[in-house]
Amino acid sequence: MHLETDVLVIGAGGAGMYAALEASKAGASVILADRSLIGRGGATVMAQMTVAAALGEQTPDSWEYHLSDTLAAGRGLCDERLAAMLCREGPMRIREMDAWKVGWARNGDHIAQIHAPGHDRPRCVYVDVLATGPAVSRTLRTQLNLASHIRRIGDLAIVDIVVRDGIACGAVAVHLATGEPVTIAAKSVIIATGGLTRLYRRNSASFNMGGDGYALALRAGAELIDMEFVQFFPIGHLAPRLVGMDPIMWDPFRYKLGGKLLNSEMHEFEDDYAAQDARSDGNYVLTRDRATYAITKEVELGRGSPAGGAYLSFKHVPDAELRRSFGPVIDKLAANGIDLTKQLIEVAPIAHYHMGGVRVDESMQTGIPGLYACGEAVGGANGANRLSGNAITEAFVFGARAGQCAAKSALQAGAHWSNEAAAPALDMLRSGAKHDTPNLAVAVTDLQALMADKVGPFRTEEKLAEAIVEIDRMTGELGAAPPSSGQSFDPELIDWLDLRNMLQVAKAVAVPALARTESRGAHQRDDHPGLDEAWTLNQIISLSGGDISLARGANISKKASA
Amino acid sequence: MKAILEIKRGLPGAEPTVETFEVAFEHGQSILDGLRAVRRETDPTLAFRFACINANACKECMMLIDGKVDYACTVRLKEGVTKLAPLPKKALVRDLVTEIAPPDERLHGKS
Repeated sequence: MHLETDVLVIGAGGAGMYAALEASKAGASVILADRSLIGRGGATVMAQMTVAAALGEQTPDSWEYHLSDTLAAGRGLCDERLAAMLCREGPMRIREMDAWKVGWARNGDHIAQIHAPGHDRPRCVYVDVLATGPAVSRTLRTQLNLASHIRRIGDLAIVDIVVRDGIACGAVAVHLATGEPVTIAAKSVIIATGGLTRLYRRNSASFNMGGDGYALALRAGAELIDMEFVQFFPIGHLAPRLVGMDPIMWDPFRYKLGGKLLNSEMHEFEDDYAAQDARSDGNYVLTRDRATYAITKEVELGRGSPAGGAYLSFKHVPDAELRRSFGPVIDKLAANGIDLTKQLIEVAPIAHYHMGGVRVDESMQTGIPGLYACGEAVGGANGANRLSGNAITEAFVFGARAGQCAAKSALQAGAHWSNEAAAPALDMLRSGAKHDTPNLAVAVTDLQALMADKVGPFRTEEKLAEAIVEIDRMTGELGAAPPSSGQSFDPELIDWLDLRNMLQVAKAVAVPALARTESRGAHQRDDHPGLDEAWTLNQIISLSGGDISLARGANISKKASA
Repeated sequence: MKAILEIKRGLPGAEPTVETFEVAFEHGQSILDGLRAVRRETDPTLAFRFACINANACKECMMLIDGKVDYACTVRLKEGVTKLAPLPKKALVRDLVTEIAPPDERLHGKS
């Protein structure tokens, strides 16, 4: 099947939906494709709280203060142009969503803003109760329904971007429900596929976040930046077993109720680490990298909880207050046999967000004309560590910007599609034949364990080098042809396509992590403790001869902001 | 503990088969946990739909569980037999996967 459009948006999370809306508003025809269902997969729908924007509703604020916090959290590596865009345009998008009736929580007659870690004042909006992501997704889906010229297609997995004469001209996809290959001619292509948390054993629980967009960008000839910086969310749920909830749910509980992090000696250890961080005053403002460090160190020192994390206690909070703040969630916890007034839960760092990503300019365009990226798929705005609350904001702001710019260039461009340029990806899909592969579902689990153990938050030269050897071995084992083709909803084909991307992206994380011989933000080297000023620069990844190639760039944050 | 998953599976147009898989589980684990374990341990060709993992956010893992429409990510594994089947009122895609997208969000439209 062959489709044609002005703008192809890959990924229907917050960034992709916003990009599609703005591209349509600019007069372009749009195909919004998702490997899952529209507005259901990805990270946005999982978000529970905290969207940062300097609205000044709760307390006087300015986008420059938000920028200052963002840059400080980024530990010197933010692309200040992108960070400034995020902070400056965030309030406009938050108000636009408010007009679309997303339902930001109110505090009296104004939008409520809470004080999240790393911010200098209350700045984060949310939808009660722990419903930010679902509300955002629902709101954007409603707007998509009202918009014209946006064709939404679920179950469509993009396999490769098609590039002709150095210019992006569309994509090759596989329709998962039928197994049929699909070509899409597009004058602009926007990558909005989110991050790579699925590379890790413990993660924020999204099956679709295997780094697809990074691999698509690399193979199209675009560059990635800051790929060594994977954000671990410090207090992901660990035990007892909890289903029907996102494992990052405890953060909002702590904002509202001030839960206590305890080690196995029932010592509240957070302050021991807060003292080491100039930006912290001990009042639950440990940024995520510091909190991850604190919990991991406590476990290493033999003071971890039985499941290998830290205890989190809300026993000091009266039942009535728990119910008033999180009633429906307390019921879900009860269904899981968890009573916060009586028992401790266990938490541990989980892969949550990726600071690195596709390198773009201020129009969200990559180095390949016609190829854009937005949302978490973009690298640079958050440097070495993302400030809490910036992820949904960047999805809106970068999504809108990418949609506008991609539409503008598409409306000026002529058709550029080439069947010849699409042939390699189509041939690969059709080459599928049953061959002797190990169980690929197991291979995914093996890769997740490898990344968690060797390329986790705390790294050494030895572990990283071992990881690269193993990734190369697994890549060889995966082979160049899928194990099947042309079948409806074939899970083995999906695993194969996923691993093709995941292995490439895993190496794109491990290689710059090995090169960066210092500790900064989310990248902590046990063999190179401490920040090294000489490393205040960004590492750039590209594909050369089919393999990951590394270059150093001067820190682009030193350029004047827009 | 051992759960026995009795799964009605197959492709559209063909007579479905019922296959039985045994999975070890710990208290509190979900049907979705069990299905993912079946793919790793026994049969990687088993098809089921999900996007989030046990967070009940994506709402994609709906199926018939012991005769009742429910989410695989919120129903617990139990000792003994649990019967799984695709949604009866949706077009079958493969195994436990059905066409649940709104018609205007499909490649082939309202067909």
